[in-house]
Amino acid sequence: MSPDAFAVQFLNGLASASTLFLIAVGLSLIFGVTRIVNFAHGSFYMLGIFVAYSLVTRIGDSPFGFWVSMLLAALVVAIVGLLVELVLLRRIYQAPELFQLLATFAVVLIVRDATLAIWGPEDLLGPRAPGLKGSVDILGRQFPTYDLVLICIGPAVLAALWFVLTRTRFGVLIRAATQDRDMVGALGVNQAWLFSGVFALGAFLAALGGALQLPREPANLGIDLVAIGEAFVVVVVGGMGSIPGAFLAAFIIAEIKAMCFAIGQTTLFGVSFSFSKLTLVVEFLVMAAVLIWRPWGLMGRPGAATRNAAEIEVPLKPADARTRKLGWVVLIALVLLPLVGTAFPYTIVLSIDILVAVLFATSLHFIMGPGGMHSFGHAAYFGLGAYGAGLLVKQLGWPMEGALAAAPVAAAVGALIFGWFCVRLSGVYLAMLTLAFAQIVWSIAFQWDELTGGSNGIVGLWPAEWLSEKWAYYYLTLTLTVAGVLLLWRVLLAPFGYALRAGRDSPLRADAIGIDVFHTQWMGFVLAGAVCGVAGGLFAFSKGSIAPEAISVGRSIDGLVMVLLGGIQTLSGPVVGAALFTWLQDLIAREFQYWRAALGFTILVLVLAFPLGVAGSIKRLFVKEVA
Amino acid sequence: MSLLEVRGLSKAFGGVRAVANVTFEVNAGELLALIGPNGAGKSTCFNMLNGQLTPDAGAIAFEGQSITGMKPRQVWRRGVGRTFQITATFSSMTVRENVQVALLSHHGRLKSLFTRACDQFVDEANALLERVGMRPQAERPCSVLAYGDLKRLELAVALANKPRLLLMDEPTAGMAPKERIALMALAADIVRTDNIGVLFTEHDMDVVFAHASRMIVLNRGELIAAGAPAAVRADPEVQRIYLGSRH
Ligand SMILES: Nc1ncnc2c1ncn2[C@@H]1O[C@H](COP(=O)(O)OP(=O)(O)OP(=O)(O)O)[C@@H](O)[C@H]1O
Ligand SMILES: [Mg+2]
Repeated sequence: MSPDAFAVQFLNGLASASTLFLIAVGLSLIFGVTRIVNFAHGSFYMLGIFVAYSLVTRIGDSPFGFWVSMLLAALVVAIVGLLVELVLLRRIYQAPELFQLLATFAVVLIVRDATLAIWGPEDLLGPRAPGLKGSVDILGRQFPTYDLVLICIGPAVLAALWFVLTRTRFGVLIRAATQDRDMVGALGVNQAWLFSGVFALGAFLAALGGALQLPREPANLGIDLVAIGEAFVVVVVGGMGSIPGAFLAAFIIAEIKAMCFAIGQTTLFGVSFSFSKLTLVVEFLVMAAVLIWRPWGLMGRPGAATRNAAEIEVPLKPADARTRKLGWVVLIALVLLPLVGTAFPYTIVLSIDILVAVLFATSLHFIMGPGGMHSFGHAAYFGLGAYGAGLLVKQLGWPMEGALAAAPVAAAVGALIFGWFCVRLSGVYLAMLTLAFAQIVWSIAFQWDELTGGSNGIVGLWPAEWLSEKWAYYYLTLTLTVAGVLLLWRVLLAPFGYALRAGRDSPLRADAIGIDVFHTQWMGFVLAGAVCGVAGGLFAFSKGSIAPEAISVGRSIDGLVMVLLGGIQTLSGPVVGAALFTWLQDLIAREFQYWRAALGFTILVLVLAFPLGVAGSIKRLFVKEVA
Repeated sequence: MSLLEVRGLSKAFGGVRAVANVTFEVNAGELLALIGPNGAGKSTCFNMLNGQLTPDAGAIAFEGQSITGMKPRQVWRRGVGRTFQITATFSSMTVRENVQVALLSHHGRLKSLFTRACDQFVDEANALLERVGMRPQAERPCSVLAYGDLKRLELAVALANKPRLLLMDEPTAGMAPKERIALMALAADIVRTDNIGVLFTEHDMDVVFAHASRMIVLNRGELIAAGAPAAVRADPEVQRIYLGSRH
């Protein structure tokens, strides 16, 4: 690599680091003070770009107008953030962590559609910054002047925050709250005011980061999830709640990415390898490495990430006679469905989707609920099953039946490896590491064109002859789903399931009565992964193809929503949640352009009305003695 | 040979010497009280004995074999049960299920994937609950129990593997006086009938003097007195530490 190329890429890295820092630092601040992992933070970033676009195209012709637009955009979004805090978050600070995540995810959906409604679906490219349109000469190469300004903004914001945190009362309170939440109460501070202020500040910083990107990249509707993914990585690598940590992590990650671009295609040990392809996954590799080596992040403190005590659970019981009867009724209805379904062919198609979702959600619930491991990357095992089966058919010419049988094996092998790392962590850190592994699986599927077909995926995966009729495939799906769900339920009521719950309820006590908590959780992780792999295999053959999109972070999130919607505390929860979610999504998506927002509002209503989930709340009506 | 032999046990947290060079024994058939003011290092001692903390120095031998540095689950398999100062139970299970899990573990059945857990070792679990007076509450969710009942449940769980040594960290804290006496009478009864050793910590001196066969006193991590209750009570240094602070 020539020195000039290196220098330019290094500067590029610094410019990206500034933006990354602006998004991440707000997320970190909000987490530090409120202990909320704010999924909607990427949405504030996205809103920042869009609002800045509207302002700059109106008043941004002069340098003064441009910079005023930047600040105004951030301010507008800060007010949006404030409203979100006042209307929604304020009600759920005491709620379990997952419940909060779900609520902020609903905000993501709503903001996405609001943006679509206001600005339309097209990418919007903003004008370049007046007065900074040129470029400077760096070792004979051109480097945009604007990016140099951007490079300076990151450290400037860091300095400004440093000043606020050390010199103002607001800052001192933020630091106190980050270190010890009880202390704030002891100081007699108006905690509500502090939380609102921090949330608005975080939204301001994220939106500023977004607005400043306007001259560099088009305003696009998909960047909210990209931004939140990157911001999570930076916050986790830097240490949750640590501002210098966020700065350091943003620098490291942006520079590693920039260097991957700079190196590009090279030959290592005789193998040609594209480093620029690595950029999609490299931040997740960094995060995985940091979490394994220093689970609390580079500059975080161990134990800083406390979470609200889990909800007290009602003991799991084998189904009573009435529940069994209900189960039989549902099962018989499902078996009879194709008889009426022939009149409505779409019913069968939708039912297959629902059954696959049920299997997916039940396997996620297995590790999330009784296992206590909140996986944000369950799509990985779905993807390993789907791609495993697809590759066996396409590359090795296996028959469909054999490939489907191998799907759980592929997923289990992945879960065995990933789980070994993930199970060591807990809470938010475990969630982030599972997400990282899922992202790695996704980007391999996305990048490795020769093997996986890249973004198009693997096509032409059809069921065997005897399953080619939709109803036949429906029966296969029904059989495997029912078998999978019953298997997991059975295991949960078996001694192994008790050991799993014991490890979640009290690792201390479990260890003190001879339970190997790590091993138990690891095996639980693998079992759930295997069952999830079946769902992936069924999915691939039902659609005739598998593409990276189907195994993206969106699927992991859908799974979480299904489980939480149905209720994490009941065995039937994920089944009800998956069916309801898939059906609602299908219904709304067909009828209504703004289905995401509708889904978001539905989620909000459901989580505010049924904090135990739908199935959990119904169950509560019937269970007398509950804590 | 004593049941438990502890030699030169030490542990520091940063600059705090929580336990410093502590040596003592527990014999079968005795209730040994470990007393000391708050922060004296009692719980830290317990945590090293059952493997939850690794000692910085020192040796622990149970029935003549070293258990130093073992994991809690290995120590438990050797026959050492314990209760925690802050009760640790499985809140998503019923009272009986808490005991059943311990029994399943003791019998090596926890790996079973398909048998139904709540049908196993029901009688044994009931018998253990009967022993600690929790039989009437067997079906209740553990999460609704009163604190004193949780302590008794913990005792039943700790007894599930028929331990030869029982470690009880403040077994009567949070209990009414009557309950305290009943619980310690129960412990004394277990010691007598099963001929096991019990090491317990306790802040209530009435409880200690009523039940302890022997006692040892920790202060700031160091062992400052050991012997029969009457002798320890008369020890001037023990009196100095306890006068003014408590009792
Ligand atoms: N995990 C830890 N990290 C740091 N310091 C610790 C830790 N555990 C205990 N300590 C310190 O070690 C000392 C002994 O604590 P320990 O809990 O053993 O006391 P104790 O005798 O059980 O007190 P109490 O009667 O309050 O239960 C205390 O100063 C305590 O602050
Ligand atoms: Mg203690």
